[in-house]
Amino acid sequence: MLRHVALLAFVIPALAGADEEEYRHAREAMVEEVQHYSRIARGSADAQFSSAILEAMLAVPRHEFVRTGDEHFAYVNRPLPIGHGQTISQPYIVALMTELILPDANDVVLEIGTGSGYQAAILARLVRSVYTIEIIEALQSQARTRLARLGFDNVTTRLGDGYYGWQEHAPFDAIVVTAAASHVPPPLIKQLKPGGRMVIPVGGRFMTQQLLLIEKTHTEEIVTRQIAAVRFVPLTGEH
Amino acid sequence: MHRIFVATLLVSTAAIGFEILLMRVLSIVQWHHFAYMIISVALLGYGTSGTAIALNRRFLENHFETAFSVSALLFSASIVISFVMGQLVPFNALEIVWDASQLLLLGVIYLVFFVPFFFAACAVGLALTCRHAQISRVYFFDLLGAGLGAVLIIGALYLLSPQNAAVLLSGVALTGAVVVALGAGFRRTLVIASLVWLGTLAAGVPQEWMGLRLSEYKGLSQALSVVGSRALEVRSSPLGLLTVVDSPRVPLRDAPGLSFATVHVPPAQLGVYTDGDALSAMTRFDGRRDSIAYLGDVTAALPFHLLDRPRMLVLGAGGGSDILLGLRHGARHVDAVELNSQMIRLVGDTYADFTGQLYSRPDVSVQRAEARGFVTRNRALYDLIHIGLLDSFGAAGAGVQSLNESYIYTVEALEDYLEDTAPGGIVAITRWLRLPPRDSLKLFGTAIQALRRNGVTDPGRRLAMIRSWNTTTLIVKNGVLSTADIEAIREFAKTRSFDVVYFPGIRAGDANRYNLLDRAHFYEGAIALLGDDASNFMSRYKFHIAPASDERPYYFHFFKWQSLPEVFALRKQGGAGLIEWGYLILVAVLVQAVVAAFVLILLPLVRTRRSWPVKTGVRAGAYFFLLGLAFLFVEIAFIQKFILFLSHPLYAIAVVLSAFLVFAGFGSAFTGRAEADAGPLWAMTAALAVAAIAGLYLYLLPVLFDQFIGAGDALRIGVSVALIAPLAFFMGMPFPVGLRELARIAPDFIPWAWGINGFASVLSSALATVLAIEIGFSAVVVIALLLYLTAGALLQSLGGAAGHNRGLRVRSPVTGSATV
Repeated sequence: MLRHVALLAFVIPALAGADEEEYRHAREAMVEEVQHYSRIARGSADAQFSSAILEAMLAVPRHEFVRTGDEHFAYVNRPLPIGHGQTISQPYIVALMTELILPDANDVVLEIGTGSGYQAAILARLVRSVYTIEIIEALQSQARTRLARLGFDNVTTRLGDGYYGWQEHAPFDAIVVTAAASHVPPPLIKQLKPGGRMVIPVGGRFMTQQLLLIEKTHTEEIVTRQIAAVRFVPLTGEH
Repeated sequence: MHRIFVATLLVSTAAIGFEILLMRVLSIVQWHHFAYMIISVALLGYGTSGTAIALNRRFLENHFETAFSVSALLFSASIVISFVMGQLVPFNALEIVWDASQLLLLGVIYLVFFVPFFFAACAVGLALTCRHAQISRVYFFDLLGAGLGAVLIIGALYLLSPQNAAVLLSGVALTGAVVVALGAGFRRTLVIASLVWLGTLAAGVPQEWMGLRLSEYKGLSQALSVVGSRALEVRSSPLGLLTVVDSPRVPLRDAPGLSFATVHVPPAQLGVYTDGDALSAMTRFDGRRDSIAYLGDVTAALPFHLLDRPRMLVLGAGGGSDILLGLRHGARHVDAVELNSQMIRLVGDTYADFTGQLYSRPDVSVQRAEARGFVTRNRALYDLIHIGLLDSFGAAGAGVQSLNESYIYTVEALEDYLEDTAPGGIVAITRWLRLPPRDSLKLFGTAIQALRRNGVTDPGRRLAMIRSWNTTTLIVKNGVLSTADIEAIREFAKTRSFDVVYFPGIRAGDANRYNLLDRAHFYEGAIALLGDDASNFMSRYKFHIAPASDERPYYFHFFKWQSLPEVFALRKQGGAGLIEWGYLILVAVLVQAVVAAFVLILLPLVRTRRSWPVKTGVRAGAYFFLLGLAFLFVEIAFIQKFILFLSHPLYAIAVVLSAFLVFAGFGSAFTGRAEADAGPLWAMTAALAVAAIAGLYLYLLPVLFDQFIGAGDALRIGVSVALIAPLAFFMGMPFPVGLRELARIAPDFIPWAWGINGFASVLSSALATVLAIEIGFSAVVVIALLLYLTAGALLQSLGGAAGHNRGLRVRSPVTGSATV
């Protein structure tokens, strides 16, 4: 743990006016930290996110997805505000969500809630195509421009209502819902392929409480799992 | 001379008005619990002004009118400036676990709002100091103004937006400045400055400056950022700022707890946000039950599968969704209770066509009342008492409510509900689900305790709970759940893919089947709470899940210090949601208050001359410190206690604060009749009286509240004032008595006495809330009584400690001369 703190203490000041090489080092430090917490969370020295996910996180320049002025925090393992009451998720949560949908190179993925576009960018490196819908005009416009500029050609963005999914491109192998909702839209479950997975982070901004994983079996049965983001057992342990 | 009285009254009116207004504003732009910060901020302003006047007394006395006018003018200006500046500080409470600089920003807000209270207190303090011959009258107008301020702002908030109310208060304070400036022989600069400011106010401070800047993470901000959404209208009242939002392009579709298995979609809805959060949806209803079929597939629909056409009571009607739930399931009649009359008018009048004339239906009755008050006075029996989701998921999930007093979910509340339930009837409560389990288990434990207190020996036979992925619904039956009931629960849950948490006879294999958790935490928790080892389970549980009571009505408080290191360490692994940061902010406010009070109140006094014996200083310092703590302990505990009786935190603050100020003032003035050397006796008598009255109230208040809680607003306010009057009267005595005694034996210590008392007051306002959460209101009051008695004893010994100084003639820095 101290190692990571020391590393960040070195990295954060260094990133003011950092060049690409420095950002790459910072990204590596971030991924190492994510791996470190993954091992703690799963209680095993070997347990870590898949190498494909970690490589995607190493490749995607997170500092391009944060607000101007926040670049020096881009590789800290924490959520950051991106304006309009939205956040770019904590890298650890991004890795966890991505892993839960078991991405495959041939997959078509729908994302509800584009936000900064970072999650879509990570997915774009792992799957065939990503369709992402945003309800806030300014965010959608920024994300579309950003993703195009960074060369994520397999991401298509749209402004509008995500409740009914994206029928033209359905069914989807996976759906990631990052927008808050009081219920899981039934039309989205319909647009999930048999064997597909949907993941939804639950909780307030800046603090994911749990992840909801919905699986549609090959017999079209729905199984949902509520996954606490952290290892926090036993609940009645000694203080 | 009359000008000073009028000006003092006006400044005090504006000061208390602004204090209450800021509580409203912070509830709107941030969250409710920042309200307690404002009490501490105001006290810091008053304490600091005491020190400032003490240190510059001679100069200020020589330029009294000018100093008073300038203070009042700066107060007037700083009302508007701090209103604007305070909202410009980019403080984000939700980020506090990630970014320590947020604590600094919280401190900046604290200091920004401190400024107007400092200037207000300077004006009043100057009047008390420099017009000592008329001190009792000045004091009377000061306290009268305080009382008027509370009434004025409550009334103004019905007519004006919070920002216009701030301008009004600024105008009131400015009038105070002008009244004295005119009397001082038209000091040109001052009058010009006043006129310029008056012109600015009259021309209207730009709305874009004054507008409320809600946290962008509140539900309303997020709703309005959605493409195509717009606010249809805003209604302001002391009970809440209501904003109606339409979002035609991305419809609202509020349906908490809706089953995955449903084929139904909610119809068109309008969102009603209270104070920028707490969404309550108004749903389009054409009178056909089929059009709201989605309501058949939410967890809250469970009780209708155990009851046939029930007579239903909805506590918290809001936008009417829970009434529709009853109509969807063929309720024979729905009585609905709603505290906010503006909310009733929105649903029943303004949007009556949209809601299908909901409140004009013969099978629906709506009443404006507070839920507990209604239940207490109600004589009818209901088949179903329903409490839906009254708060937003975001607020529940983020722990922002942890300091909110809620008398809806206490043991006593559940007892009241059960009393109003017909034999075989059901109390049903739906809550947001959080992981690891918190709310739901606390509610389950609360129901167990309520049943046990009602003499039920086997509560497990009357309880059932189910859960979806984001809601739980608890049912408590007034009778034993039958085999048919249990079968209906199982069938309802199974067909909608809901999980059963508990029903009589449940087996481990029944739980955790659809929304899979790594373990059946909810089931295991429910079984543990019903077992013999329940108290041990609750004490070992990593969140605070012991039932809330009227004594400690903090249902949303789940924080345990013991769990903090583990939880904080988990935040980088996605565990930030486990931190109940509302409580931590209160602690941060407490720390900041202590630091600010030390630096601004006590530190400057080091410059003053010291000639008193150490023993005297210690005893006198302890006396005034204890009084500062004790007064605010009682006041804060009573504010929180009276929230139940007066229906709303703001009413409680306005009534209790005003009553304490006014009657403590009378008590203080009454001590003027005391013989010069009878101070210690008066202090002890007052301390004993306070102890006796407050001790009596610990037993008497619940009985009186029960008796009058169903009465109208005016009677309840009258009863509240009558109850507080004698207590406050005696609480107002020890301070002036102590000052007079000090004037006899150690006059140089008087500025320190004021400072130490102010310091303790600032500390006390935040500390009292922490203690109320941890040990309950009664314990806080008992501590206060002990503090009063200790203080009384200290004053007895003070005379003996420094008897050689008796007979001095001195002047008090703030209260003017004290001839002894």
